[in-house]
Amino acid sequence: MDFILQGTAQALDLLFSGDPETFSAVAATLTVSSYAMAASLAMGIPLGFALGHADFAGKRQVRLVVDTLLSLPTVFIGLLVYAFVSRQGPLGEMGLLFTLPGIAMGQTILALPIVIALTATAIENTDAGLRTTLLSLGAGRRHLLTGTLWEARHAILAAALTAYGRVMTEVGISMMVGGNIKWHTRTITTAIALETGKGQFATGIALGLVLLAIAFGVNAGVSFLRRK
Amino acid sequence: MKIQFTACKAVFLGACILMLMCRPGWTASPELLMATTTSTDNTGLLDYLAPHFTEATGIEIKWTATGTGKALELGKRCDVDVLLVHAPDAEKQYVADGYGINRQPIMYNDFVVIGPKSDPADIRGKTTKAALNAIRASGSRFVSRGDDSGTHKKEIALWQAAGLTPPDRESWYIQTGQGMLPSINIAAEQSGYILTDRGTYIKYAHDKGGNPPLIIVVEGGDMLRNQYSVIQVSPENCPDVRAEKARAFSGWIAGQHAQQLIDGFRLLDKKLFIPNADQ
Repeated sequence: MDFILQGTAQALDLLFSGDPETFSAVAATLTVSSYAMAASLAMGIPLGFALGHADFAGKRQVRLVVDTLLSLPTVFIGLLVYAFVSRQGPLGEMGLLFTLPGIAMGQTILALPIVIALTATAIENTDAGLRTTLLSLGAGRRHLLTGTLWEARHAILAAALTAYGRVMTEVGISMMVGGNIKWHTRTITTAIALETGKGQFATGIALGLVLLAIAFGVNAGVSFLRRK
Repeated sequence: MKIQFTACKAVFLGACILMLMCRPGWTASPELLMATTTSTDNTGLLDYLAPHFTEATGIEIKWTATGTGKALELGKRCDVDVLLVHAPDAEKQYVADGYGINRQPIMYNDFVVIGPKSDPADIRGKTTKAALNAIRASGSRFVSRGDDSGTHKKEIALWQAAGLTPPDRESWYIQTGQGMLPSINIAAEQSGYILTDRGTYIKYAHDKGGNPPLIIVVEGGDMLRNQYSVIQVSPENCPDVRAEKARAFSGWIAGQHAQQLIDGFRLLDKKLFIPNADQ
């Protein structure tokens, strides 16, 4: 039990003393998750919107595939990305193995289906009367799209948060593609895995609390943005 | 009121974007990339050596710690530039196969079998051969890395030298698939025996405040020598390898200054590795 209290005390210490190792891991985590989120939102929201809004043949099948991809195990994504970015792989020339962009690539694959599926659901769930209302107000095609998006903005924000949570807490991709290199690709989660393995539970708990603190900060920020 | 909030939000978003832009940029890594065994990383040796290397040569070094088997594999696939590993037979084969060049022994320590203080198989002070036979006969727990690391390779060789087939599915034999320190911790939780290198054991004992639950029960003998070597990934096999930097590292770590640093790396007043590049 001791180490749990000790971990909490240590977490505060790591955060407020500006411990460089902790901040390097925090920076790595924030960097990869920001880039993965930027990429997956840029691709996922339009795709999710199309999937939720448009009617086309094979729509149910596409939906089924997207929903299946929600259960992609992170170690499998890690393995895939590793095979692609290894110097002998098809993307080997880009030198992405053991780098933060490499991890971000894997995490984008992880986040993309979440953003697409939840955005599609959000669009489907917008009030059926909205379309009629917008049309009766003389809305053109463009206004219809932006109007629907605006109406679904909170649900889309929730989708982004869900994806962010998944990306932040992911360990398989970060470990396999990043290699857990100190000062470079060691994220908070791979650092926790390492510290736990070494039996340094207090440090592990401390890092876990740091991760929670970041998640809290992000959610507090979003809740501030949502306030009407 | 509403305008105030909108302004507030704009500032907040702006601040977020600014924070993102202030991070160090992404560049293709010009640094030297090394794959190494878990022991050199877990003990803190590389953390201790790396700044000295960077100071001497201006080259930044990054390393990923895996078992020797995977480290060699990373070299084969051209994913790293230099290796620091400890499985001499596999290394010689690796160089002979054309994947590596300039294999240079740099330091050694020895393997030890550690186990619970109660010593359930009563192997304290015995030879490795007798000890392994006793562990098997008594069905005492034995923890294995099971990850094709240098230590795992050595363990397999020890079972074979003791005239036994290496265990696999036996109920008393636990394969962790993890690094050295994690595996020692599992052995401690399970009150089992485990083969480890002395450097990692000293680090473990140090972490446990000098009074670890597992103690050294078998040590000594030529079989248990543990030689670490540095190998440059062959530029012929991997044209993109940072060969110059790899050679700089190899030369530096075998040089006098680095060898003295290794000699000075101690925990609990004990040397973790003994430099021997000059031999």
